[in-house]
Amino acid sequence: MKTFCHCNNHYGLENSSIILFMQNIQRNCGYLPEDELKRLADNTGTPLMDIYSIATFYKSFKLEPQGEHTITVCTGTACHLRGSGEVFEEMAAVLGVGSGGGTSEDGKYTLEKVNCLGACALAPLIVIDGHYHGNVTPGKAREMIEEHYKEEEKKESKKVNMIG
Amino acid sequence: MNALGLLRDVKELKRLKSELKKEKREKFVSVCGDTGCSVWDSKKVDEVFRRVLEEKGLSEEIPVKSTGCLGFCECGPVVIVFPEEIFYQKVNEEDVEEIVEETVVKGKVVERLLYHDPREDKKIVKASDIPFYKKQVRNLLGDNWLIDPGSIVDYFSREGYAAAAKAFTEMSPEEVINEIKEARLRGRGGAGFPTGVKWEECFTKNVENKYIICNADEGDPGAFMDRSILEGNPHSVLEGMMIGGYATGSNHGIVYIREEYPTALEKVKNAILKARETGMLGENILNSGFDFDITVSVGAGAFVCGETSALVNSIEGKVGEPRQKPPHLAEKGLYGKPTVVNNVETLANVPRIIRWGAEEFARAGSKNSGGTKIFSLVGKIRNTGLVEVPLGLPLREIIYEIGGGIKGGGHLKAVQTGGPSGGCLPGYMLDIPTDFEELDAAGSMMGSGGMIVMDYGTCMVEFSRYFLSFLSGESCGKCFSCREGIYRMLEIVEEVAAGTATLSHLDLLEELGEMVKNTTMCGLGKTSANPVLSTLKFFKGEYLAHIMENRCPAGVCRALVTVFINQELCSGCGVCRKKCPEEAITGEKKEPHYIEKALCSKCGICIESCPEEAITRA
Repeated sequence: MKTFCHCNNHYGLENSSIILFMQNIQRNCGYLPEDELKRLADNTGTPLMDIYSIATFYKSFKLEPQGEHTITVCTGTACHLRGSGEVFEEMAAVLGVGSGGGTSEDGKYTLEKVNCLGACALAPLIVIDGHYHGNVTPGKAREMIEEHYKEEEKKESKKVNMIG
Repeated sequence: MNALGLLRDVKELKRLKSELKKEKREKFVSVCGDTGCSVWDSKKVDEVFRRVLEEKGLSEEIPVKSTGCLGFCECGPVVIVFPEEIFYQKVNEEDVEEIVEETVVKGKVVERLLYHDPREDKKIVKASDIPFYKKQVRNLLGDNWLIDPGSIVDYFSREGYAAAAKAFTEMSPEEVINEIKEARLRGRGGAGFPTGVKWEECFTKNVENKYIICNADEGDPGAFMDRSILEGNPHSVLEGMMIGGYATGSNHGIVYIREEYPTALEKVKNAILKARETGMLGENILNSGFDFDITVSVGAGAFVCGETSALVNSIEGKVGEPRQKPPHLAEKGLYGKPTVVNNVETLANVPRIIRWGAEEFARAGSKNSGGTKIFSLVGKIRNTGLVEVPLGLPLREIIYEIGGGIKGGGHLKAVQTGGPSGGCLPGYMLDIPTDFEELDAAGSMMGSGGMIVMDYGTCMVEFSRYFLSFLSGESCGKCFSCREGIYRMLEIVEEVAAGTATLSHLDLLEELGEMVKNTTMCGLGKTSANPVLSTLKFFKGEYLAHIMENRCPAGVCRALVTVFINQELCSGCGVCRKKCPEEAITGEKKEPHYIEKALCSKCGICIESCPEEAITRA
């Protein structure tokens, strides 16, 4: 019978934990702050340059702080064919971010693209803070953001009133 | 059935199965819990079913199963009532009470929730009588509507882990490999390499630690076959990996899964835990002397990591760039050890081959490849969803008989297979069988199973621009020709779309495409020109219309189209005027409106808002 190795040292798995650590940092901070990456480099003995090359290579890593709310537009092929490009452009215009997406000036919304979420029957698909919305059009997208914004403002003013 | 204990040997497994057979419930309700249906609130439908059955004291007798994808996403949320297999579509929370009262209790059908077949103009009761399902051979997906993916008991009751038990105790690794070879199983991830040969290469390496990796980095946009298998029947993939581990002599499996699939990740992790608890993973599985365990590695969003050597680098915690081959992964793979990488769907096929035997398995399929293939049928198609068909079935049958033809009654212009690596085939080539060689020869490829249908509202120039823009962002940058070549091709196609290109641009585009194809190292680069080259081959007229006539025949490319209001149809209601974000529309009430060209951004909001359908883009 061969020796049984569950994982870890024998298989040298400790090398592979860099990406895992970075995923954990991002989960906690919302993005990868420079200080955290420096600390990771020191603690693992990996050159900071290598850490940055990983951070910039993989799409899911973010080097900038993200907005309070995230809006993701699926730009998979099925969504693209049914007009997700127009939906994205309209949202970028409403939020005042560039054509590649980004975070709005007030730090409230981050607009981003994702390659495919695999729910093609609902194309075009957008996700606002983890909630999926299917069959979106540019007009609907504009209304959704405006409504979301109003609701958030209401919540804010309620909070202020309670404190006041 | 209460908590399962550890199953120590094959006898105990068999005993469990005969117990399960006795306890088997014929009556149950399956509610699709997959991402697609859950957007339409299928989770609420599921909850209400459980509550209503509980209230009626039926919850013990009639279980509710939250299943993986049932395939027919167009009709979501889907509910199927067994044993009659009654198919209900677009089910709301409010419908649940009636379904329980009428169908579950009285055995009557609720007419209004049945699927309506537009061709025969009649309602269909039974799921397998619906044309969408009727033509399919659902070897892999068929179990999805019968089992709860979170329950290993359900998997056991569907002959689960019987193949692993058979392989470990009755067969030698060589016999397993031979069976896979005879079944003519080929990799379902894109390249179509014979799985048995791959396993054999790894098996013959006399090295202590080897790895088997399941590639669940389904990056092809518009495809979700692997996600649906992982979410709907995760144990079938684990069992395939175990058998692969036994055949190649490796004791450690790794599932590499993309982080965009959180539900699949959770289901796989849960399945691994359940398999460990019951002794299907661990030391000395079923007293066979074989040890095997599986861990999970989560990707960080890179299309190129679907390439096997880039995937291996990513698991090692490095940048996901492909490696130079040789040495092949079977010699020097993960951490320098012999490694086999198989796709999710490939592995899910393995237990069936062992259980049924190669001959029975390969009965479905073509001369060169056995079994079925799942396609994700999307785009301008009436029945969007997952379809599983025997390899070799002509494209026409998939699109028209299963897919129900073009959405909105238009005409088919092209079908694209193979995702960003594949090509577009025109309507007159639809009689090509879906087979690796045939599709390659036609200038497309099988790929992982994305099948995108386009009608005449799709601009082929814009479509190839889309794939180039996708690939330019996903090229890892290691090879100069891919990194720069794709960008240059993108620039040219953008010029064509803007109407500023000249005829010589097309020659350059073709030359660049051939160059990138011939001078890059990995599969991503080698195939990256396919969307451009195939559209240039079959739809050159459209490129020419953009260049010579400054016209986009499909009315898509913004630089070349104008939005205008048909003065005869416009009722002057003013909806478009209020909606236009650019304030480009003017007109008096109840008088025809018109669009100020200079202000119009062509966003299309007026088109979707017009109740008279008086506004068009052309």
